This record gives sequence, C-alpha cells and structure tokens, in this order.
Amino acid sequence: MLTFVIRRLLLAIPTLLLISLVIFLLVDLAPGSPMSEIPRTVPPEVRERMMQAMGANEPVVVRYLLWLRQFFLIEPAYVIDGWLGTNLAGNAQRVLSWQSRTPVFDIIGQRLPQTMMVIGTAYVVGILIALPIGIYSAYRQYSWFDQLGTFVAMVGSSVPTFFTGVLLIIVFSVNLGWFPSIYDTTLEVTDWASFKKQVMQMALPVTVLALHNATEISRYMRSSMLENLGQDYVRTARAKGMGERVVVLKHVLRNSLIPVVTVIALGIPTIFGGAIIAEQVFKVNGLGTALIGAINASDLPTVQTLTFIFAVLIVFFNLVADILYGILDPRIRYD
Amino acid sequence: MTDAAATLVEKPRSHWRDVWMQFKTHGGALGGMFVFLALIAFVAVGPLVWAVDPTYVNPDAAKMIMTRNKPPSFEWPLGTDQLGRDMLARVMAGGQVSIAVGLVAMSIAVLLGTTVGVLAGLFKRLDGPLMRLTDLVLALPLLPLLLVMVFLFRDALARALGPETGTFVLIVSAIGATSWMQAARIVRGEVLALKEREFVLAARSIGTPPHRMILRHILPNVISPVMVAATLGIASAIITESALSFLGLGFPPDFPTWGRLLFEGVEYMQLYPQRVLWPGLAISLTVLSVNYIGDGLRDALDPRIRGR
Amino acid sequence: MNFRTALLGTTAAATALIGLAPAALAQRATDGNVNILYFQAVSVMNPYMSSGTKDVHGASLVIEPLAGFNEKGDLIPRLVSEIPSIENGGISKDLTTITWKLTPGLVWSDGTPVTAADAVFTYEYCTNADMGCSQAARFTGIKTVEAVDPQTIKITFTAPKPNPFNAFVGAASPVLQKAQFAACTGAAAQACTEQNTKPIGTGPFTVTDFKVNDVVQLAANPNYRDPAKPAFATVTLKGGGDARASARAVLETGEFDYAWNTQINPEFQAQMAAGGKGELISAFSNNVERIELNLTDPSPDLPEGERSTIKNPHPILSDVRVRKALSMAIDRKLLVEVGYGAAGRPTCNVIPAPAIYASPNTDCLVQDVEGAKALLDQAGWTDSNGDGIRDKDGKKLSLLFQTSVNAVRQDFQALVKGWWSQIGVEAELKAIEPSVFFGGDPGTPDTYQRFYAEAQLDTLDYDGTDPESYLAQYVCGNIPGPGNGWRGTNINRLCDPRYEELLAQLSKTSDINERAKIVISMNDLLTKDGYVSIPLVDRARLSAKAKTLGGVVLNAWDSELWNVSDWYRIK
Repeated sequence: MLTFVIRRLLLAIPTLLLISLVIFLLVDLAPGSPMSEIPRTVPPEVRERMMQAMGANEPVVVRYLLWLRQFFLIEPAYVIDGWLGTNLAGNAQRVLSWQSRTPVFDIIGQRLPQTMMVIGTAYVVGILIALPIGIYSAYRQYSWFDQLGTFVAMVGSSVPTFFTGVLLIIVFSVNLGWFPSIYDTTLEVTDWASFKKQVMQMALPVTVLALHNATEISRYMRSSMLENLGQDYVRTARAKGMGERVVVLKHVLRNSLIPVVTVIALGIPTIFGGAIIAEQVFKVNGLGTALIGAINASDLPTVQTLTFIFAVLIVFFNLVADILYGILDPRIRYD
Repeated sequence: MTDAAATLVEKPRSHWRDVWMQFKTHGGALGGMFVFLALIAFVAVGPLVWAVDPTYVNPDAAKMIMTRNKPPSFEWPLGTDQLGRDMLARVMAGGQVSIAVGLVAMSIAVLLGTTVGVLAGLFKRLDGPLMRLTDLVLALPLLPLLLVMVFLFRDALARALGPETGTFVLIVSAIGATSWMQAARIVRGEVLALKEREFVLAARSIGTPPHRMILRHILPNVISPVMVAATLGIASAIITESALSFLGLGFPPDFPTWGRLLFEGVEYMQLYPQRVLWPGLAISLTVLSVNYIGDGLRDALDPRIRGR
Repeated sequence: MNFRTALLGTTAAATALIGLAPAALAQRATDGNVNILYFQAVSVMNPYMSSGTKDVHGASLVIEPLAGFNEKGDLIPRLVSEIPSIENGGISKDLTTITWKLTPGLVWSDGTPVTAADAVFTYEYCTNADMGCSQAARFTGIKTVEAVDPQTIKITFTAPKPNPFNAFVGAASPVLQKAQFAACTGAAAQACTEQNTKPIGTGPFTVTDFKVNDVVQLAANPNYRDPAKPAFATVTLKGGGDARASARAVLETGEFDYAWNTQINPEFQAQMAAGGKGELISAFSNNVERIELNLTDPSPDLPEGERSTIKNPHPILSDVRVRKALSMAIDRKLLVEVGYGAAGRPTCNVIPAPAIYASPNTDCLVQDVEGAKALLDQAGWTDSNGDGIRDKDGKKLSLLFQTSVNAVRQDFQALVKGWWSQIGVEAELKAIEPSVFFGGDPGTPDTYQRFYAEAQLDTLDYDGTDPESYLAQYVCGNIPGPGNGWRGTNINRLCDPRYEELLAQLSKTSDINERAKIVISMNDLLTKDGYVSIPLVDRARLSAKAKTLGGVVLNAWDSELWNVSDWYRIK
C-alpha cells in the first residue's frame, strides 16, 4: 500500500503540471477579454494599454511560465517569509488578479472562511442526513418511508438550487422575516449573540445545499445497500443467527460503501470550488463567486490559480478514495 | 449467478420475457412507464391538438398588455407569460427539447462513464491513464470549457447538420462530455471490488474472453449505481441545457425549454407562482417516472430478485 | 450665453441648499451605520485602475475630484472654492488653459494638507504609459499640469479646448495623495494593493477594511472639511446577488438602506414598493437603449475578414427606407411599459439630455405599421411568394437580431420580432453571454464590435454632459475591422462626410447655443434622417432607498454616492 501511495504521489506531479497547462490553454482560448467589464466609453487605445500593464498581451507561453514561477516559487517564498520573517521573495510579483490587482492568495484567504463555514457545513449535514435515510430506505424497500424518500429525492434533484434558494428567501426572509437573506461576511463570532447571528445567517444556504447533497448521496447509498442485501453472504450471516443490526450495519453497510465513498470523495474538492448559485443567491461571496466572477471577467491568473488548487484537491481525494477502497474491501489490491 | 448467465446464453428470448414478466409485477415501474409515455405523448402529440405558436406575441399593443401573466383559464389552460405567450404551448414545445436533451445527454454521459469505469477497473494498464484523464476533466472549469467547445464547433456543426440539429448535437455532446466523470469513478470503484469476487475469478479461470467477461459478469453487477447516475443525470442535463442557453450557447432566446421556463418562472415566483409550477412539475415528473422505470428494470434484471 | 456659464448657472445656489438642509442640526458620526448594496461588488478603490461603475462609485466615498456634477448635470466645486470660468479668469480667453484654486485649509484624512502637487502627481501617475491608466482618455490634449503655487493648479492644453472639464472632474477622475502613491508609478502601480484598496482621500469616509469583490467597510473621515458631516459613523458597502435580490433587501426585508441599480421590471417595482420598507428612486441622464443597424454585410458566406467590413455594403440595410420602416414598426411606449416602467421613457434621440442638446424629434413615438409597409413596398420589397416574408430579387428580407443575455432585452427581442414580422420582415434572434459580447476579444466572432448580425440591441452612455467625444465615435476612421483588430467604436460602420464635417465644426465651436445646434443635427443624422441607430428607451438610473434614510438625491451624471456626506438617519 505504501509503495502504491508513493508511486501515485510521484505520478501526480506530471499529471498536475499537464492539468495546469490544459487549464491555462483552455481559459486563454475561451472567448472573452479582461476588458469586458470596462465601460464602452473607454477608448480602444486606453484598453490596449491597460492590457499591456496587466501583462495580458504577452504570448501565452510567457504568461504560463510566469504563472508557474509565481505559483511554485514566489508564493511559497512569501509564505515562508511570513512564517520566519525572512526575505526570500524580495519584491517579486505575486500572482495578481487582473480584475482587482490583489494577490489571488489574499482573495482566497478572505473567502475561505465563509466557504468552509457554509459549504463545508452543508456537506457534512448532507452526508449525515443521507446515510441513515439511504440505509433505512433500502432496508425497508417500498415502505412508505422509502416511497416518500424517493419522491423527495427526485423532486429535490429536479428543482435546482436557484429555485429552492429563492423560494426559501421569499418564505423565510421576506414573508416570515426569520432569517437574513444576505450573508454578512464581516461578522465575527465572539459571544453568544454573534454566534446566534452566525447560525441564523447560515441556516438558509446550508439547508438548500445540504438537501441538494443529501439527495444524491442517499440515492447511491440506497441502491448500493439494495444490491448487497440480496447477496448470498447476507443470507449466510442471517442463517448463522446474527442479529439484524449486525448484519445490516456491519456486513451490508461496509460492502455498500464503495460507491458512496467515491461520491463523497468527489464531493469534498467541490467544497473548495464553492457552490456558485447558492453563494450568489445568499450573497455568501465565497470561492464559488470568486471563480465565476473571475471567469466572467476573463481574469486568467485568478481562474488558473483557483482551478489548479481545485485540481490538486481532486487528485488527492481520489487517491484517498482508492486507499479507502482497499480498507473497505481488503480483496482490492493495487500492487 | 453463473447459472443465470448460462441461461442468458442459451435462451435469450425467454430471458427477456422473464425480465418483462418481473417488470410487470413492479407497480411503481409500470406507473412510471405510464407517466413517462403520457409525457412523451403530451409533448409530441400535444402541439398537434393545441396548435398555438409558443413564440407568438400579439403585435397589437393593447391586446398584448391585456393578455400578460394570465392565470389558467379556458383560453389559456396553463396561463400566459410576461409577453402574453401561451404557457401550455410553451411547456409542450419546451418538453420536446428538454426530454430529448435530458435522455440523450444522460445516455452519452452514462455510456461514456460506464465504459471508462469498466475499462479502468478491469484492466490495470488502462487504470492510470483513464483515471488521470478523469481527474483532468473533473478539474477543468465548466464554463470556459463549454464556451470553447461551442466556439470551436458551433459553426462547423451548423453547416454540416443544419442550425437546429447542429445546436442539438452540440448541446447534448457538450453536456455528455462534461458529466461522465462521476459515473466513471463510481463504476470503477465497483469493478475493482467485483474483479476480486469468486465468480469473476472462476469465469477468468475458465478462460472467458474480456468482452464476454464485461458483458456477462461485470455490467449486470454495476447496473444499480449506473441507474442512479442515469436518473440523477436527466434532471441535471435539463437544467444544464437552460444554463447553456443563458450563456447564449443553446437554442435561440425566444425558444422555450423547461429549464429556461423554470428559470424565468423563478423571477416571477412571488407574483405568479404557476409560472414556476408547470416546468418544475414537468421536470420532476420526468425524473420520477424514469427513476421508477429504472428501479423496476434493475429488479427485473437481477436474477436473484427475479427468482424470488 | 456662454457654454460654461450655462453649465454653472445654478451651481452655487444648488450646492448651498443641499448642504444646509439636514446638516444644520446634525453632528458628525452620530447616526450609526449605513448599509449600501451594490450587486456588482467593488474590486478596487482606485478609478485609475478600473473604470467599472461600481469601482468608481465605491471610490467616490473616499477620494474626490476637484469638481463634480450635481443631479441636474451642473458643475459643482468639491476641492476648489469656485468653478473656473472666463468671467472669473479661471479659463484663459483663448481656451488653452484652466486654473483651479484649491479650498484653503483642505487636509487629507491623515491630516496632511492637500496641495497642487497632489494633482500634478495624479496627472503624471495616470499619463505614465506603463501604468495602464483606465482614465487616460481624460487627460488627452493636455500639454502640462503645473502647480503654480501650493493652492493653484494650472492645466495647459495643446489646442483650444471648448470643454476643459474633463481632467479632475467627476468621480472617475479624483485627486490621489502624492505621499501615498509616490512609489506606485509606472509598472509598479499594479502591485500596490494596499494603496489601491485603501487610498487616503478627502472624502467623507475612509476605508477600514476591504474584502475584494465582497465588502468594503468605511468609517467617517475625522478630517472631513465639513465638521458636521458625515452623519453616519460607518458605511458597509456590500456586493453580490442581482438587481432583484438587492431591491428585495431594501424594499422587502429592510436589511439594507440603499441599493444601486435595482433595474427590475415595472410589475416588480410596484409589488416591491408595496413592501413599505423603502422606495425606488430614479434619475435620467443620457443612457439610451437602442437598436444599432449594420450598414455592412455580415453574411457568413463572405470570406472571413470581409464580413461586416465597408468593402461590402449591406444588401438590405443600405437602403434608408428599410431602416426607417424597421423603426416605424416599433411601439416604444409598450417597450417602456413592459421593461422599464418609471425607469424609462420612449425616445427618438441618441442624445436625449441635457435639454439643450435634445433634438425636438418625436416622430417615432407613434407606431406606424401601415406606413412602414408602404415604405417597404416603395423600396421594392414585396411578398411575391406569399410566405409572409418580403423579398426582392430572390432575396428574403430576413435579419439576424442579436443582443446580450438579459431578461429585459430578451423580452424586447421577442416584441420587436413580432412587430417586424407584421411588416413582413423575418428576424432570427440570438443572445450572447455579456462577458463575450462586450468583451471585445478580437479572436471571438460574437462581440458587439464584430457585429456579425444585421441589428443589435444595446445601450451606450457617456461621461459628463458634453456629447462631443461620444459623437466622435461615428466617423469612418473608427470603423472596427480586421485592420485595427476590431477595436473601433463606430459599430454601425457609418461613413458620412456630412457627419464628419459637422464634427469638425463642433470641435471648433465654443458657444453653447451653436454647439447645441450642431449636436442636434448630428443626432438627427444618426436617427431621424439616417436611421443608423434606432433609439428606443431613455433609461433612468433606478435605485432603492430605505424610508429611514434621508438626504439621498439620485444623481445620474456623477457617482450615485456623490452626496453621501449629506445622508442621515430619519428617526
């Protein structure tokens, strides 16, 4: 297993480099220009000069190499400087957003807290709801609980978050006035009152996202449980006189987790990617809105940096999933 | 299991009859099938019966103003939208595209995902490259990817297939090509475990060729997660299509699709809740019915359940 | 009357009044916090870095120009004691220099004095070629900017300048503090994050915390020139969401006190205002929603590089009668009713304001379908095969009509398509992602400059009140094409010697009445005489304010937050 992990980690380096190049070329090729949000009254010569000052006019190879240098050498140097008080980075330019001329890592630092708070909580809540529902639905297939669960899950998967989000705001913010409709990113939790405020402002976005996540995970959990409940080993276990609880929660559940682990492992990086629509509806302004804003403004350094970190997380969590497969089912071996 | 596979080889016809017999006993599946066929009839035959142009805007200003945002009535069974266009006609016209896009794009995604997943799970040599490819596509930002695809292929496809078919092909392949990764990872995970099961080892030890191994032994056992991926995929394909047309990449702006109707409806939700109700209901019904059909099909295809 | 005096006429009196009303009783920083919502969040607090509207407005809370515009479009002094004119000797008789006198005793928020050197520095900062200044156009035609003494700034132009109120006038051209930005000149400007997000200014507030594209927190400037202002101690300027959501936050949930650009359709305007927590306010300036027509052939059958270029005049739209018929078929009142309500009014002009420049051109306000049909018949376009679409010499009267993705524009497209089909004109609709459409990426065929369509719906406004630079766009030399990387501004591809002659005349005329006459004839050449542009709706700025927020005067000629120092809480 260890050699497998090391091999995969080493392999990840060229893979990620390739991914970074593909992302760079893709974003560069996509139509759009960093000048799209500049008013039309600004004359073409001025636009040209602004592009030049940003470095957006350089050939794509030059820009890519510059980004590689900034991302892999200068940014870590800044981090080390920050920790140890050294001056490794000197005055080298960091990865700067074209849109705001702010270092992209500062933007990530500003946005990570609310993203983790809202999207992360929603994800955990979603999993916590989904697993029991999926297990019980499968165990009592076609019971009223299962039917209701299926109905809710299917309706939940057909109505997108842009609908549920607005619906919740209209009902709970506008009509009832219970929860705020706008997330206050400047709120700091220091005492009971501010903690309550934080919970209140997280309630709606977390509900919307958790339901959305739970839908998917509970479906995979249910179907995988169903598949395994019909297997011979279940009959054997029951014949041996094992209790239902042990049969279901130990034997069946463990064997049913492989697809669920895959879905969850694929989902964790998306926490970092943020939830674009939900963030926009509730004005959470996390990493999702940062990414979509940067894409709309063709802010290449920001898009590239965010997407690349996202790619690193994907590669990492897929490796984690592969390791978990081996733990869940010791017959799976990679060597 | 191997017994069932053997019967499958010898008497394929009776096998499918068995499947159908089992399918029929599944109440939910039959109901789902009925609803699904009714939906197809609604969007395919409906416009012939209710022959109203879904994009017709009354050119007479006074009349147009009078017929805006009407609630359901005899004249407009589902009401009208903000320009006085007939909602029934719009829901029917939109359904043709949305159901087609949903089914085709989902099929492409599931087919692609299953193929990649099975190959990667079964053949060690393919695992590395295929999974790295999956990582790559997962990591790509969706929006620029779609913009680039459309930018590169739109004109070529429109020229080769005509503007409407071209747009359709482009949309379903764009959605299909960007949503197969999850299915691939899930199927691969399942295959990795299946590969070590006794019946697969047994089949391999008697020299079963790979293609037969996949078709007879592997695929039937990964059908349930694939079914889930398929049902969840339809709804997301319908919604993604509307997102595409909002980016100006899909069908012309006055062309209704369920996703677009839903999106427009959300804006008017407070004043005219029916605007969001119809497309939401239509999408939910489609997904629900496909889900029940899938449930029934999975049970029917599973020899262990069928035997009971 | 002189051009400048006309602009200044009521200035002094107006500012005095606005200043006095609430402040007489008020004290600085006693009204707590005011919440402002801009659904496009502020990216940077320096207009020289980004000329996005939201950035200019956000920065206007902190940094100020020498002079600005009030809600009527008149010039008002900000950092100076009076607006220069020929009468008071501030502008030289030959129109080549303008001299500004700073208000004595003015200090920055850090307590240091504001001097002429700061303005000179700002000029040098923005005109540095490596800096990529987004407001560089404001400083064109300037020979020198000098500090005659610490209080006096003298700008010398290379040629007589009938309208010298461009540099340091309006929120987009503020004065920066030399001490703070001294290290940020040239290429270094880009990396000056601290300065660009927390500039030291003379305005009523100072930045205390800045989260990029999310929220800006500000506190009252302790050294603001009026000791009684601002009434609010702090400002929260939040971003995110969309127009509807921001209107909702002010009018329905009451979470915010002020929301910018709440363009929602008339039905929602009425419904949300009924929420009772706030009201919508609007102000008109020079923002006209129009259909631009392409005078050249965008046909995809032409080789790339020849589409939409003057080499190939448009086979249908080159005939002014067809263009006129397209305009006559449109019912502008209905468009306003459907899309804008109180935030729009029908117009036939591309220059609708200030009143002196507005052409008395109102013929288009009444829809005339029969007239349009007759005109097309006359032009030789008839429906010879009975399919409802007119044709001539085997060519169908069919147009591609494109715009950006936007709910109101899509409604307009559908309505216009209906009217055009009434007169036998077929329209194919296309909607393009705004960041692509307005992006101007020369490699993309879907930009508004490429204009690979017959008609496109968009809007265009200009800074300040003087339309000269705006009208200068429609000259031959500005036609976008492969030669200039599709970067021109004359997207209709108009090439009319009469028009260019008028423009040359305009640049030499300083008398305001003479100028107005020329502007009106140029406007008419574009509209009722030439039908190059089909103006539809004169759009207002529409914003929302809470009932408890006092002192708000919506201004469409300058930053919307122009008088935030006068805002107060109604108790």
